[in-house]
Amino acid sequence: MADTIYPKLIGARLRSQMSYRASFAMDFLTQVIAQCYELLVILILFTQIHALGGFTKNEVLLMYAFAGAAFGVADLFAGQLDNLPTYIRTGSFDVLLMRPLGTLPQIMCSDIRLRRIGRITGGLAVMGYALANVPIDWSPAKVVLTIATPVAGAVIYSSVWVVACSTCFWIVDGREFANAVTYGSNAFTSYPTNVYSRPLRWVMAYIVPGAFVAYYPSLALLGKQDPLGLPGWVGWTSPLVAALAAAAAGLVWRFAVRHYRGTGS
Amino acid sequence: MLAGMTTNVVFGLLRVAILVAALKAANGEIADYDVAATNTYVWIGQGLLGFVLLWGNNELAERVRSGDVVVDLYRPWHLQGALLAEDIGRGGYAFLTRLAPPAVFGMLLFPFQFPAHAHQWPLFGVSAVIALVTSFGVRFLVELSAFWLIDNRGLYGFWNVTSGLLCGLTVPIAFFPEWAREVLWMTPFPALLQAPIDVFLGHGNVVKLLLYQLFWAAAVLAIGHFALQRAVRKVVVQGG
Repeated sequence: MADTIYPKLIGARLRSQMSYRASFAMDFLTQVIAQCYELLVILILFTQIHALGGFTKNEVLLMYAFAGAAFGVADLFAGQLDNLPTYIRTGSFDVLLMRPLGTLPQIMCSDIRLRRIGRITGGLAVMGYALANVPIDWSPAKVVLTIATPVAGAVIYSSVWVVACSTCFWIVDGREFANAVTYGSNAFTSYPTNVYSRPLRWVMAYIVPGAFVAYYPSLALLGKQDPLGLPGWVGWTSPLVAALAAAAAGLVWRFAVRHYRGTGS
Repeated sequence: MLAGMTTNVVFGLLRVAILVAALKAANGEIADYDVAATNTYVWIGQGLLGFVLLWGNNELAERVRSGDVVVDLYRPWHLQGALLAEDIGRGGYAFLTRLAPPAVFGMLLFPFQFPAHAHQWPLFGVSAVIALVTSFGVRFLVELSAFWLIDNRGLYGFWNVTSGLLCGLTVPIAFFPEWAREVLWMTPFPALLQAPIDVFLGHGNVVKLLLYQLFWAAAVLAIGHFALQRAVRKVVVQGG
């Protein structure tokens, strides 16, 4: 049953958004600009310096682009989780539990905002530019890696989103905490991981596996040594990390939902 | 509140890391910013962000859209003045809850550049208050645009995504290329964040900075006043 319902649900959401064309165009543009914000920051910094953490401008742009495109996709599917506190507070989460469908996919399909494609577009454009301007020794495996990286990154970000928002089942007003992790890890992964201090790196690069979104795959593509000392094959493990993160997120979500008690009517 | 502070501190840590890495790449100093000055810049900036309330809640615009603004206009007050008073009151509370915590966090845990002269402290206070008034003025204009646009969420979103760069929150304006610096200092935006930070750090001429801020505070308030007068003429109250 679920395989026919979700396409219909998503189709309905998309049609409703396209009916306000001007408003959609404005929102879309704002998202492209939001994506360019970090790009401008990088470009401004590189008017003052030639390398950041040992990486050139175009290499940093490649990491930023991977992170941006992956975050855009994750935002498209998992961004709705930001509304979870409202669902819980108003009791409409009970409605989701009543339906014979998974709660997580229901929320993810509840409010897919097409304007978020603006972010993805921005990320992909910079990715194209960066890939054309960094020295990469291309091989079929690297082509696969280039395509797999934003996908794996999107899965990692989405998992982070699910875990972070699961805290809202305990802390009803936990949205800002969650945003510190989700938006924070987007900001974190846009730069080479080796520029951060050790504690920050442990939390944001390995516990939250942010380093696997853009940093390690970029190292593998560029054929560069990791200044932090991990071996070269780590750059190829992002899809595995993504699968592990998704599994962990699924477990956390189940655990959280099982502990959910309605707020009553 | 605790949640907001966590977000604020996390982003502060990330910004410090990036800027300090950039300093390392540039032999320790960029445009008068060394490690201590950069830490101070970030933590004072993270504090001011909540104090001047760079990103408002667009509440007035929503009231314009829904028509509730009629009630506000009915009352025997000057709407702009009343909201400004409210915002200054909010600032008093935000000083303790939003400005002080990240600043103290930075002072205790990071190399910090305290003002070289005692008189810089009160001057920073004055500058921060003018920044708050200017920030209110700019937000008021963004919200007032709802009288013409009805749905100002596009403009509001635009302000939210660009203000961080224009006001010098993410990267010190001194790091910008010269032409961008010159253009930005001709706009009111650096008055919201960069100017009070400069007063604290002792960058630039204090008198000039304060005069620049005063000019723009007065200008945006005056524009807001006239815009409100024009907007009110557009309001049609339907009875019933």
